[in-house]
Amino acid sequence: MIVAALDFQTVSDAVATGAVYALMAVGIGLVFGVLRLVNFSYGQLIMAGAYTLAFTSGWPVWASVSTCFAVVIAISLAMELTVFRPLRGQSPAVMLVTTFAIAFLLQAVALIVDLRNDFIGEVATSISALNEAITVGGVEIRKVTIVAIGAAIVALVLLALLLTRTTIGLHTRAAAADFRTARLLGVRVNRVIMFTVVLSGVLAAAVAVILTVQVPLVSPDFALHDTIIVLVGVVVGGLDRLWTATLGGFAIGFASGMINGALPTDNTVYLPSVLFGIVILVLLLRPAGLFSWGRRASAERV
Amino acid sequence: MRRYVEGAVQLLGPVALVVVVGILSTTVSSANRIYFLNALVSVAMVVAIYVFVGNSGVLSFGQISFVAVGAFAAGVMTVPLDSKKGVLTELFPLLRDHSIGNIPSLLLAAGIGGLFALVVGLPLMRLSGLAAGIATFALLEITHNILQQWTKIGPGATTLSLVPQTTGAWQATLGALVAIAGAFAYQRSRLGRQLRASREDPAAAQGIGVDVHRQRLWAFTFSGALAGFAGALSVHLLGSITTDQVYLELTFLTLAMLVFGGLTSLWGAVVGALAISGLDSFLGQAEQGVHIGFKLDLPTGSRLVFLAAIMALVLILRPSGLTGGGEFRIPGLRRAGPREEAPAPPA
Repeated sequence: MIVAALDFQTVSDAVATGAVYALMAVGIGLVFGVLRLVNFSYGQLIMAGAYTLAFTSGWPVWASVSTCFAVVIAISLAMELTVFRPLRGQSPAVMLVTTFAIAFLLQAVALIVDLRNDFIGEVATSISALNEAITVGGVEIRKVTIVAIGAAIVALVLLALLLTRTTIGLHTRAAAADFRTARLLGVRVNRVIMFTVVLSGVLAAAVAVILTVQVPLVSPDFALHDTIIVLVGVVVGGLDRLWTATLGGFAIGFASGMINGALPTDNTVYLPSVLFGIVILVLLLRPAGLFSWGRRASAERV
Repeated sequence: MRRYVEGAVQLLGPVALVVVVGILSTTVSSANRIYFLNALVSVAMVVAIYVFVGNSGVLSFGQISFVAVGAFAAGVMTVPLDSKKGVLTELFPLLRDHSIGNIPSLLLAAGIGGLFALVVGLPLMRLSGLAAGIATFALLEITHNILQQWTKIGPGATTLSLVPQTTGAWQATLGALVAIAGAFAYQRSRLGRQLRASREDPAAAQGIGVDVHRQRLWAFTFSGALAGFAGALSVHLLGSITTDQVYLELTFLTLAMLVFGGLTSLWGAVVGALAISGLDSFLGQAEQGVHIGFKLDLPTGSRLVFLAAIMALVLILRPSGLTGGGEFRIPGLRRAGPREEAPAPPA
């Protein structure tokens, strides 16, 4: 029964979900790497991007998408300057709760903006052409699925090149490995952090584009649920390193996609319990992360 | 002797504040009373969370699970028998055919909350840092999922209503005081001091013989019991409840109250709970239009914007919270005995 349902369609959808979650995981993991800050408000960046797409639905696609990128990057820079920078060096609890507050703030602002026309939700249509399906070997695949997977691969490869082949990438990795020493060795920390924040903003905008194609109805809690799942995923994968965090994000997206596609709907009511039960189990067995082999748990750092 | 005087002074602040709010609640119109009582119930909840998070320094998103379990246990068991058989038809016969009074239901909720916390705490308390945060969050998700789906133990996804509204000014005030007294007694006990030592330096605490896992488990269990109790107070205040009322938003709000007031002190927990609930109620009123010398009329939805903005602002400008993380002191009064340092926020 389950085996029969594991067709190509389910797998490709699950891979696409995993790819989008992997992009979000990179965005969250990058910022965590240099700032030691779990950014709960990351989902609201994506939400802001989605609203931008919705409000610019009448524009040409390129204009709409580039406005979306500009808005998201601007908001994430503003976040760094007004919130993250003053908080630097604070305890993780304070930083996390502050990003909670920022998340709720952005969500509340979005609600007010959204409610101007007296109903919740805006529709983003400019790029919905990507939602059409094409048939590959008898299986219908939405174009956006291919775009999502492609975008994720391209973004990850570019990121890997950026982090390993450029000076600023080297500085970023140095700052992520040991902030204080990197600073002593002359790494310009604020530049590195700005760079990281912009990168994570770019990723958020990309995710916003992909998600609005899949779900064109944008509401204030857009991407909130996905962000929570990805946060769980990156911690399960191991937040100390970017690759393990990305893998964790991909794994949890892929797993939930597969399980959702494979199980008949009336059996899925306890699915969250099973999924989160597994999460607890993994954390108990490997507190430093599922994919962090050979590294000691660094409870004190986080 | 002076140690006890100092202790009494520390307890005086939170107690006085709660009593004042309790008395004020009897002087306002019945439409406004709910805000005061709600604030008192929030005090009980935040103090419950403080018992674990504040004393151990381990972040937990799971304490609202115990509030939820307590609220539903007390709610389901106090719905009058004759209406219960009509609305909650799918319950286990034991739950369906019995109802208990108000006070027993509060005790039951505390018991179940504590037991639940003990059972899940046994494995979970081995974790710390981010892993603990995510694991306790997973606990919240699981509790919410089961309460929402399993109609043999509760109302499932529908609203549980017809719960007797017994939490008045007396019970809300006394309830908050019980939570405060319990938390205070715990943090000054041998167990509490061992846990607070492990918060400051786990390695050093272990070095002097503190069993960190066991101490965290005690605090988690006690916090669970208080949270269950607070949940019962809450359901008896509202008269009805859904699983979504004891979920993410409440988790966020109560944690924000705690951090806002000051994570590491009981005084901070009480001040934070009262400040945020007061602000929340005031802004809610201002959305309807309120007179404070001039007419203040905020657009709908701006309540959350202001609340979140003020919270973010305080956290950015004063990360150790309004109280700075220290206990209540009377300004100018000389400190007695060995100083109890206002501790740095947990790492």
